[in-house]
Amino acid sequence: MLRDTTSKVVLFGGIAIILLGAMMPNWIVNQLMFGFSRALAILGLLVLWRTGLVSFGHAFYFGLGAYTVAIVDIQLGVTDVFIRLLGGAMIAGFAGFVIGFIMRNYRDIFFAMLNTAISMVLYGIIVKTESLGSTDGFAISLPTIFGIAPETKYPLFVIITMIAMISALAVNFYLKTTVGRLTTPIRDNEIRVEYLGFSVAHAIHLKYTISAVLAGGAGALMAMSLGQVDPDSMINWTVSGELVFITILSGPGNVIAPFIGSLVFEVLRTYAFELAPQAWQLIVGATFLTIIFFLPGGIWSLIAKLGRKNS
Amino acid sequence: METFLTILLDGLQFSSYLFIVSAGLTIIFGVMKILNVCHGSFYAWGAYTAAFFIGKFSDMGMPDAVGFLIIVAAAIAVGVVLGFIIEQGILKYMYQRDEVLIVLATFGLFLVLEDIILIAFGTDPYFAYQPMALLDSVEMGGIIRDVYGLSLIGVATMVAVGCWFLLNKTKWGVILKAVIFDREMGISMGINVPFVYTLTFIGGAILGGLGGAYIAPTISVAPGLGTEVIVLSFAVVVVGGMGSIAGAAIGSLIIGILRALAVHELPQVELFVVFAVMAIVLVFRPEGLFAPAKPRKI
Repeated sequence: MLRDTTSKVVLFGGIAIILLGAMMPNWIVNQLMFGFSRALAILGLLVLWRTGLVSFGHAFYFGLGAYTVAIVDIQLGVTDVFIRLLGGAMIAGFAGFVIGFIMRNYRDIFFAMLNTAISMVLYGIIVKTESLGSTDGFAISLPTIFGIAPETKYPLFVIITMIAMISALAVNFYLKTTVGRLTTPIRDNEIRVEYLGFSVAHAIHLKYTISAVLAGGAGALMAMSLGQVDPDSMINWTVSGELVFITILSGPGNVIAPFIGSLVFEVLRTYAFELAPQAWQLIVGATFLTIIFFLPGGIWSLIAKLGRKNS
Repeated sequence: METFLTILLDGLQFSSYLFIVSAGLTIIFGVMKILNVCHGSFYAWGAYTAAFFIGKFSDMGMPDAVGFLIIVAAAIAVGVVLGFIIEQGILKYMYQRDEVLIVLATFGLFLVLEDIILIAFGTDPYFAYQPMALLDSVEMGGIIRDVYGLSLIGVATMVAVGCWFLLNKTKWGVILKAVIFDREMGISMGINVPFVYTLTFIGGAILGGLGGAYIAPTISVAPGLGTEVIVLSFAVVVVGGMGSIAGAAIGSLIIGILRALAVHELPQVELFVVFAVMAIVLVFRPEGLFAPAKPRKI
């Protein structure tokens, strides 16, 4: 399972980042936490994108994960980081499994739009419900780890990085199984895949559920690292667009790509915001267009090219 | 009775501006097969341009009636300038690419255009109440309505009739239908398809701008304007059937009136209701309630 280059890079790279994190200043650790949290959602979208499906509504699962954390914190007083994460991922995953029964019959624009509709339903409910925090959202108490409340953010960073590593390895493994390989084939020719004896609907359903679990986990981790949730930065359709943007930016080539892409996005956004607070969206949007036009394989295609040259 | 009338008129007004914006969106989709996310920016640009110049001209002491001219001029200017630049500068090079990728490109454009608004007009809201104040208000069936809001219904009707006339009674309509039906066959019949695309995109953009420019006097024109409108018009277009003008009309009526009903009777479900309808239609009739018939090709 761990013999291929990608797994090794994930494993050693992850450990190296954890060790380096102990020496890095706080703001870098923060950026890495946000980047890695979001990257989980991108990992799920990557699986869908390889299959030719683009969801313009995965903020639904992202927000579901984040709000689960907020609600178990406020209603039940759960502070344990693992229970929160598991709760967020499972609720999103269950929703994804149920909605997947409908979603697996849709392709192209319709797939994108139905996801948007569902995410906006949740947005509409939360924005208008006072007990769910309305437009203000909630603040979330600091997570504890096995009952111990950490004094710095470093332990949470270690956990996020480890979860990221495990997810990347798991997705990498999944993509090598027979069902997992049914990505590009489905995109290219569904009828042939059916003739080969596989159910396209089942394959897509599984991929959709995986992406929902990952997006939910991403939302949960994001909520904990930010310490707050609110609908406009978690569930609105622009968030879904942002997630798709990072997927394109990363490129579908490899499970490591989402992590690099998310970090590049965090840095891009932070610097764009500092450079021109009123124009950061402009910079992000222009980057997006540039990537679509000149780098259809995303950042990963550059790395892959370098790799080929060296070998 | 009075509540009923209020809901009906509110609903109709809301439907009207939704229709104007969605008509542009659906025309662009019908002809070019592009789901144009930056249509929301055309709306916002229309609103800002109109509000800005109405304010400026009013300060210069021009009569308030000039406001109406400015609204139309703003819509046309926004549509022609932005539509032309975007179609010729960017979308033209993307027609060979995947449909979904074009959606994403327009999303990128949306982000860019949103921020150019902030840079050009600043973050403070604009108020352009002059045309609205000019038209006074009337009493109908026991309730008082401002005439400007009612005129919105008239404008939407004019847009609907205009689109119907253009599509069914003119040579242009025939050309558009030919391109919608079969692009390649259209080319071989001597239709200048790239030119048709450019004009269509500009026409759609003008409608988007008009929606914004006409609504500007009734609202405070503030940042984030386009974000809400674009998903609402997505809902309209999906409910009605993508690419159908009649569908856009029915879709905006359904969504406009449902939303007005929700606002008055159960404000908590205002947004929920719109997107729930969208989701239900997509689940049971993905092609929309009034989708244009798909041509059968042999």
